[in-house]
Amino acid sequence: MTAIAEPKTLSSETPLILGNERKWTDYFGFSTDHKVIGIQYLVTAFFFYLIGGSLATVMRTELATPAPDIVTPDVYNGLLTLHGTVMLFLWIVPAGAGLANYLIPLMIGARDMAFPRLNAIAFWLIPPSGLLLVSSFFFEPPQAGWTSYPPLSLTTGMLGEGIWIMSLLIGGTASILGGINFLVTILKMRVPSMSLTDMPLFCWAMIATSLLILISTPVLAGALILLAFDLFAGTAFFNPTGGGNPVVYQHMFWFYSHPAVYIFVLPLFGAISEVVSVHARKPIFGYRAIAYSSIVISFLGLIVWAHHMFTSGTPPWLRMFFMITTMVIAVPTGIKVFGWVATLWRGKIAYTSAMLFAMGFIALFLIGGISGVMLAAVPFDIHVHDTYFVVAHFHYVLFGASVFGVFMAVYHWFPKMTGRMMNETWGRIHFALTFAGMNLTFMPMHELGLMGMNRRIALYDPQFTDLNVLATIGSYLMAVSTIPFLINAIWSWRYGPKAPANPWRALTLEWQTLSPPAIENFEELPVLKTGPYDYGLGYIAEEDPEELYAHGTPIPAT
Amino acid sequence: MKIPSSILTLLVGIFITLASLWYGQNHGLLPVAASSEAELVDGLFNTMMTIGFGLFLLVEGALIYAAIAFRRKEGDMSDGEHLEGNIPLEIVWTAIPAVVVLGISIYSFDVYSRMGGLELMNHDMGAMKAPSVEVAYAPSYDADGNLISEAGLGIMPGMATEENPVLSIEVKGLQYAFIFNYPNGIVDGELHVPINEPVELNLNAQDVLHAFWLPEFRVKQDMIPGQETKLVINPILEGTYPVVCAELCGPYHGGMRTQLIVHSKEDYEAWVDSRVTAMNAGDTTIANLPKAPADRTEAEYLAPFVEPLQLAVAPDSLASLHEHSLHGHSTHLAQ
Amino acid sequence: MQTLDASFAPLRPLRNYTMQSSIDTTAEGTINIAQEGAASHHEEHPDHRLFGVLVFLCAESMLFMGLFIAYITFRLIATEWPPTGTPSLEILLPGINSLILISSSFVIHKADTAVKKNDVDGVRTWFSLTIGMGVVFLLGQLYEYSNLEFGLRDNLFASTFYVLTGFHGLHVLLGILMMFAVLWRARKPGHYSTENHFGIEAVELYWHFVDVIWIILFILLYLW
Repeated sequence: MTAIAEPKTLSSETPLILGNERKWTDYFGFSTDHKVIGIQYLVTAFFFYLIGGSLATVMRTELATPAPDIVTPDVYNGLLTLHGTVMLFLWIVPAGAGLANYLIPLMIGARDMAFPRLNAIAFWLIPPSGLLLVSSFFFEPPQAGWTSYPPLSLTTGMLGEGIWIMSLLIGGTASILGGINFLVTILKMRVPSMSLTDMPLFCWAMIATSLLILISTPVLAGALILLAFDLFAGTAFFNPTGGGNPVVYQHMFWFYSHPAVYIFVLPLFGAISEVVSVHARKPIFGYRAIAYSSIVISFLGLIVWAHHMFTSGTPPWLRMFFMITTMVIAVPTGIKVFGWVATLWRGKIAYTSAMLFAMGFIALFLIGGISGVMLAAVPFDIHVHDTYFVVAHFHYVLFGASVFGVFMAVYHWFPKMTGRMMNETWGRIHFALTFAGMNLTFMPMHELGLMGMNRRIALYDPQFTDLNVLATIGSYLMAVSTIPFLINAIWSWRYGPKAPANPWRALTLEWQTLSPPAIENFEELPVLKTGPYDYGLGYIAEEDPEELYAHGTPIPAT
Repeated sequence: MKIPSSILTLLVGIFITLASLWYGQNHGLLPVAASSEAELVDGLFNTMMTIGFGLFLLVEGALIYAAIAFRRKEGDMSDGEHLEGNIPLEIVWTAIPAVVVLGISIYSFDVYSRMGGLELMNHDMGAMKAPSVEVAYAPSYDADGNLISEAGLGIMPGMATEENPVLSIEVKGLQYAFIFNYPNGIVDGELHVPINEPVELNLNAQDVLHAFWLPEFRVKQDMIPGQETKLVINPILEGTYPVVCAELCGPYHGGMRTQLIVHSKEDYEAWVDSRVTAMNAGDTTIANLPKAPADRTEAEYLAPFVEPLQLAVAPDSLASLHEHSLHGHSTHLAQ
Repeated sequence: MQTLDASFAPLRPLRNYTMQSSIDTTAEGTINIAQEGAASHHEEHPDHRLFGVLVFLCAESMLFMGLFIAYITFRLIATEWPPTGTPSLEILLPGINSLILISSSFVIHKADTAVKKNDVDGVRTWFSLTIGMGVVFLLGQLYEYSNLEFGLRDNLFASTFYVLTGFHGLHVLLGILMMFAVLWRARKPGHYSTENHFGIEAVELYWHFVDVIWIILFILLYLW
């Protein structure tokens, strides 16, 4: 039983009042409605983003000077471990899951996910996982990095490391349960008129993401279980003094954690395909290429993991093999980037906040992708492994693509989710501050790594001070940039202009129902007459919906 | 008169190509190349910078151009053209990156083999060295001809000759210092080598994972407890260079560093003589060993970055290690 | 007062799709705002739960796959395996135990056949038998554990042995508990029938999975 409105049968005199179907308390309970769960994921994830960002700000404050003068080095190691773990497992993964939860049933014409109760259970595993991890900061934080390599992770403290393992096991379970739902729903619950090649590209991306989740996350569980035995039960799977091998942990860990980075980014690859098409009023360029490249990335993503181990206990033949597979994965990724740019080419680009973040996404992901191909080259990686060059690379792809992607998605789908429009002026300010801050923070890190600054250090060679100060200033700009977004989102949710069903005049099915949708999504299940990106064929009225930015209730069609 | 777009495109292409070619060689982003390995790696990096910079200019340029030129005009509510794709174009932008990454892979493979990366698969490199910790496995060789070879970099092909044997140094990594065991029984906290001679570093970790990184040499190898790994370097420039631990090993990971001093041949001989003389006179301290982390002040942590490490008396707990390293050394000498 | 009529035109007429309902669920002039998951607005759709269980089992098998590969890696790079001093494993008793577990897969399948003929008594019989065989298996494992001369921490082989067989045993236990749950639900007449027997099929699938994992495990740990 959920706390929602009583079932009503309205007479023809009673209006369908938008926004009254759900009370705000619904969002704090065990709801099986995918739309509520999606929003729960997104808000929870954003809360952890703020925590992860605060940790980063403290780290950058420490790194403004070479000496460890703000925090002691062990506290610093705790900060960096929590920063990485929180950002990846409590921000990006749940944010992607939130988008997927919200959008998939709407996009395929379904009333909910295949397993609504499992869906709710999956979400409700996230808050305990997150609170457990964050609470460790007050007892004993884990201090071995988000990668937690043994033997170090077996020596930094049983409590902190134990909390880290437990938190990841719970969060990983949530991810797997979500993946089951996404895969079954997309494969089995599309409206009959929607074949796989009529699906929005977001759904293709979520198929690829779910496959990766299901195949790789359980292997992380295996690694964590063995690590936990080493930590608590005195076994020596990864402890050489007992006959174990630390490198086996690395293989098991990265077998998940490399596909994990595609889990982080693929949903946003799907989202950006939606956004650029709509806001440039043009079909996505190369639908099949982008659709299939997601699947190819998913498959290749499972055979590149040891490129994180090029300087580890890996024999030469293994390094060469993984170099080649890693180089190859650049090709399907490049296809996407070129496709998005070609979509913009000769389009009619509106400078909406969503589109600005989309273009920022492309610009930044390109840089991250180029540094990624460089890292695939073993001789070069040997020089920059475990340096700030790698930190620069992954922040360009993680922040530049995933985080920019989440902001882009929120600006685009906020009207659908809340029934209100966000303020575009503040959205542009948010974009400008974030773009500037991000580049100022992470561009210098390429040079820092090349010149010799290694990672995960609280004290560094004073010759690197100037670039570090630049990065710290950039990080403060990034911190400040979050404020306009927060205020915009909260204020608009309460007081923003009411949104019509289809403010962006888009063709995908989520826009063919109310904003926000009725609880059961569609009055009657839709039958497709167009493809998802058939712009330019006269299907859309060439005018803004009358109600856009108007106050008051929408005018019905008669 | 309007310039035809094909000419403009050609000019843009020429500009991008020239700018990338120039920048790839003049980026100034890397520290000095102090080893033969570094020269090889830098050549690869310069090539990748050329390609990367060109790609950057091309795609970012197209993005910015599109954002400006194709911005929706005020009041225009119509859609763009219905263009679903262009198969020839898509084939081209799939094929070109595929060829480019294939080329970079081949070039990288070549650089790696020239650096001695493939030499470790050669099982005739000599008897295995006993790891300092008793383990149930031997990752390098066993009687059955194991799959797993040693990890690291071997001797550059063609470098070692009969008359010019490789200088072999045992390196021990522990929280938070490097200890070097030289032939002749010298033990030091700094690495001293002669110029233009290959030096083989046998890396061992005492406690947790560490890594041995020489930025100016572009070589790095993890130090794994229970598994000996190897790096071979060929210094070509005299000077003093940082040695950095590049694998998180605890809170003071940032302070785990020392120096590599590349001497001329004469200076190196002189250094060896002075250390051997001191040893024979009964001085058993490990020179240049940093103090334990808890005893170091902030200034002492930062001092190594500014000036050479000062001589320090080895803490008691490390004295036993000194004994152990002498023992290890004698095993080594027996070969 | 403004209303929306039952054929639900969106706020701006869009011509890219039509609404067609397969079932006439709404009376003229009314709109139902239904409770979540309620049937009033609910078109018939196939039961996807078995597919979901299949997908879940693929993920679960990857958990064991990771542990198996770790074991294989440890074994391949070792100079001596099992490490010196490890007593060799007895094959007879575990072998018999394995046969019991493997046979139980055939037994549980008979339950599936039974329910498809609406024979719930048959389900009870075959499930009870399977539970019995599962319990015997677990007891056999515990007996073996108590007689082993090595403990969890003794060496790498010992650790992997206990962790792998222990995790598998945990999964067997879960399967037994699920069978009890099915037996409990079968008390309600008509709960399981020829048309509705998801619970029985799901548990059967899970049991086969547990069986296959054991076969691989047995080959790796005992025979290799």
